[in-house]
Amino acid sequence: MKRIINLIVNNKAYEIAVLPNRTLTQVLREDLNLLGTKEGCGIGDCGACTVILNGRPVNSCLVLAVQANGCNIQTIEGVADGNNLHPIQEAFVEYGAIQCGFCTPGMVLSAKSLLEKNPKPTEMEIREAISGNLCRCTGYQKIVEAIQAASKKMKKR
Amino acid sequence: MNDFSVINKRLPRVDAWSKVTGEARYAADLSMPNMLYAVLLQSPLAHAKILNIDTSAAKKVVGVKDVVTYKEAGTIHYGVSPARYDETMFCYDKVRYVGDEIAAVAAVDFETAMEAVSLIKVDYEELPVYLNIFDAMKEGAVPIHDDYPNNIGAEVHQEFGNVEEALKECDYVRTDKFVNKKQDGGFLEPQACLAYFDMNGNLTLYTSTQTPHYVQRTVSMVLNIPIGKVKVVKPYVGGGFGPKASANTIELAASLLSMRTGRPVKMVMSREQVFMHSRGRHQFYHELTTGVKKDGTIYALKNTCYLDGGAYSSFGIATVYYAGSLLGAPYRLPNMRYDGYRVYTNKPACGAQRGHGGVAARAAWEQQLDIIAEELGIDPIEFRLKNVREKGEVTCNDFNLSSFGMKECLEAIRDRSDWRNKKGKLPKGKGIGVACGFFVSGAGYPIYRSETFHSTAMIKLSEDGGTVELYTAAAEIGQGSDTVLTMIAAEALGVRYEDVKIYSGDTDYGVDLGAYSSRQTLMSGHAVKQAAEDVKKQVLEVLSKRLNVPVEDMDIKDGYIVFKKGQVDFSGIRSYYVKEHRGWAEQPGDDKLTFKEAARIAYIEKGTIVSAGAYKPGELGGKYKGATVGTSPAYGCSAQIVEVTVDMETGKVTVDKMTDAHDCGFAINRTNVEGQMQGSLSMGLGEALFEEVKFDEKGRVANPTFGEYRIPTALDMPNVNTIIIESNEPNGPFGAKEVGEGAIMPTIPAILNAIYDAVGVRINELPVTSERLYNAIKEKERKK
Repeated sequence: MKRIINLIVNNKAYEIAVLPNRTLTQVLREDLNLLGTKEGCGIGDCGACTVILNGRPVNSCLVLAVQANGCNIQTIEGVADGNNLHPIQEAFVEYGAIQCGFCTPGMVLSAKSLLEKNPKPTEMEIREAISGNLCRCTGYQKIVEAIQAASKKMKKR
Repeated sequence: MNDFSVINKRLPRVDAWSKVTGEARYAADLSMPNMLYAVLLQSPLAHAKILNIDTSAAKKVVGVKDVVTYKEAGTIHYGVSPARYDETMFCYDKVRYVGDEIAAVAAVDFETAMEAVSLIKVDYEELPVYLNIFDAMKEGAVPIHDDYPNNIGAEVHQEFGNVEEALKECDYVRTDKFVNKKQDGGFLEPQACLAYFDMNGNLTLYTSTQTPHYVQRTVSMVLNIPIGKVKVVKPYVGGGFGPKASANTIELAASLLSMRTGRPVKMVMSREQVFMHSRGRHQFYHELTTGVKKDGTIYALKNTCYLDGGAYSSFGIATVYYAGSLLGAPYRLPNMRYDGYRVYTNKPACGAQRGHGGVAARAAWEQQLDIIAEELGIDPIEFRLKNVREKGEVTCNDFNLSSFGMKECLEAIRDRSDWRNKKGKLPKGKGIGVACGFFVSGAGYPIYRSETFHSTAMIKLSEDGGTVELYTAAAEIGQGSDTVLTMIAAEALGVRYEDVKIYSGDTDYGVDLGAYSSRQTLMSGHAVKQAAEDVKKQVLEVLSKRLNVPVEDMDIKDGYIVFKKGQVDFSGIRSYYVKEHRGWAEQPGDDKLTFKEAARIAYIEKGTIVSAGAYKPGELGGKYKGATVGTSPAYGCSAQIVEVTVDMETGKVTVDKMTDAHDCGFAINRTNVEGQMQGSLSMGLGEALFEEVKFDEKGRVANPTFGEYRIPTALDMPNVNTIIIESNEPNGPFGAKEVGEGAIMPTIPAILNAIYDAVGVRINELPVTSERLYNAIKEKERKK
């Protein structure tokens, strides 16, 4: 039996009928066509499906869509302001923090969640904040550097 | 400083904006109207005869559109190397590992396909299961493939010089054994594909691959479709590292199902299926005997290696050669013998993975060299410096080191890591270690015997002259080939980076062997450079006629025409262009003639301006059997220093610092080069300290998740001091050669050598888990 749920995704309200076993990843990708949220493992190990749910970064593959009923969700599609990249995104581009790009949406959202709570994190705090987001390409260094640069950039604004 | 405008800089990737906003589409993101979903039936047994397959119940499920087994697919054999085509789309006589593919179901949705596949009934007769090479090679073992009765699927015997004689002349000889564990590629994006066989008889296959060209050939051969009717398109790919460098079953099955149903068919692997499909790093059992003279001259090396290959050959024929051929090269080693054996077992097939074939061998030998240096009382860096080869030398197995900054790499890391003040002087539990690396810059020969070009490229100019469209079949898989090729095109033609638009990863754009063996920058780079230079020539020739200025007195730079002998009156061209493009964006207005005005004139004169470039290395290397594996137009090299802390209470190793120098010939994009170095080191760190694909007694992967198969996180990887050495490779475009794989080579042995420096024990088995190291420390204490 499908259930009706209400989600606010990237500041837009949705009313969707979903089966109770559908994950938030599946509903975002398949029902809302928000394909920037990636699925790398489906069991909460890799962090590629990270979204911000009521202000906290979560693995959307571990959240059932019905559990997210009434929640406010931000996906990678909601980070840039139109054509203007968010400072974290600008820094990822500038510092070479992206290679294959599959972890990038989740990485950006974990970083955003961190900087919203802790605008001046130490390197260790950054590493801890993204430790649930696996990246096989970069060795993380340029991602950490990008988040440090974004922190500085955001302070100035 | 050089006077390049685009290359050798730190430009952002061409795909960075798409990727950072979530706009980039990967194979699993694609869909088509009327699309079916398909899933595989995979063997639950590691070794068994197939007696009967009953698909009748599956076919009856409402919503199922097709069920296929070998009866529908046929049994055309394929694989990577034509000498060992030992795979079929679906098993027909027997299954050889847990996960071997038996059938596929296409249905209106994923859940229906899953339900139907569970209803397929297979009768098996179980056979003995061989989960290690020793059992598989025992006399009387059942052959996993009939053609190889002792389960040795490939063997290599090579000798250069005379090792037995040479060892007698040595002052110091030692033998060590070393073993690594099967490693997984660990790319974040599971394989996925979407196939559509349209009403005109053309198959389009979108797939997460490193090698569209090889996939196209395999699909064409197995499904018996003319190659010109098969188009393979690589969307964005979420990493490959080797395991995505050949055709897989979902690509073949989705194509077959689409041909039969007339509908698009999508297939996506689960993470568990990725582990079962594997094609990652082999397990290598090395025994190395090295002989040196008392002055520290490395004189002889005997290398024996057994590879646990898993159920199929995949890239393994190349792997078994690489495990020998790449080893000696960075040093002046006159005598080298190699005996390699690749053994079939009932586990997922192993294939190529970053540093193909050479990583375990390098780890084993660089640790042994460290032991030897200590025995001789020579500093390990001085010992290596004494033996390393230099530019222009040819190795005993005929590798031509046309550029070789090995010495520069070693000196750079020594000086930048404060080695002299640290080696042997750190407190107990802290250690520092060094190692060298070496790798090909593109395989010198294709996987199949052929005179084919390895890379082709096309350039077409837009009609207004403003945009350079670059077409290449090269495979951007995250390593940055789109960016590097765009930069090479812009530099060679003389336009701005942002003026070049790249189209890549599509077999309709040309031939490119793909992203493996660290070949895209050198090989595709050559083809692109050639195409760009041809376009430049065409435009300048037309301009020469119009302005009556000799071609050699003109150049193109930064998007402008340069008149070398003073200003030329081009007002005719300018007013003509402005008149034609009234109201258009980006009108030329300054006092310099733009490339786009010149290109527009060329178009008016000749029609669409197009050019083509093509590259193949030509004949390289020696004439002995197997000389083609390891032969390359250029060789990259690297050196690394690692500093570790070992917790004496638990045996836990923390890597504190890494200093890495890599000779990439010439850095087309400095940021990308560093990214390849840092990523390689991270993969090496994982293999050194914790990565191991484990199996239960039935041959099932015991840890098919990123929770239990741990790859390095941001907390495991330290920052790396990256040093780029540029030796200007004469065979590379603008002097460039590899960085993508060679950088991993020194990591494991440098960590092992640092652990020894910290706690005084040598570990000959990877990964160096806390338990293994703790036990070794305790064992050493007991012996005291």
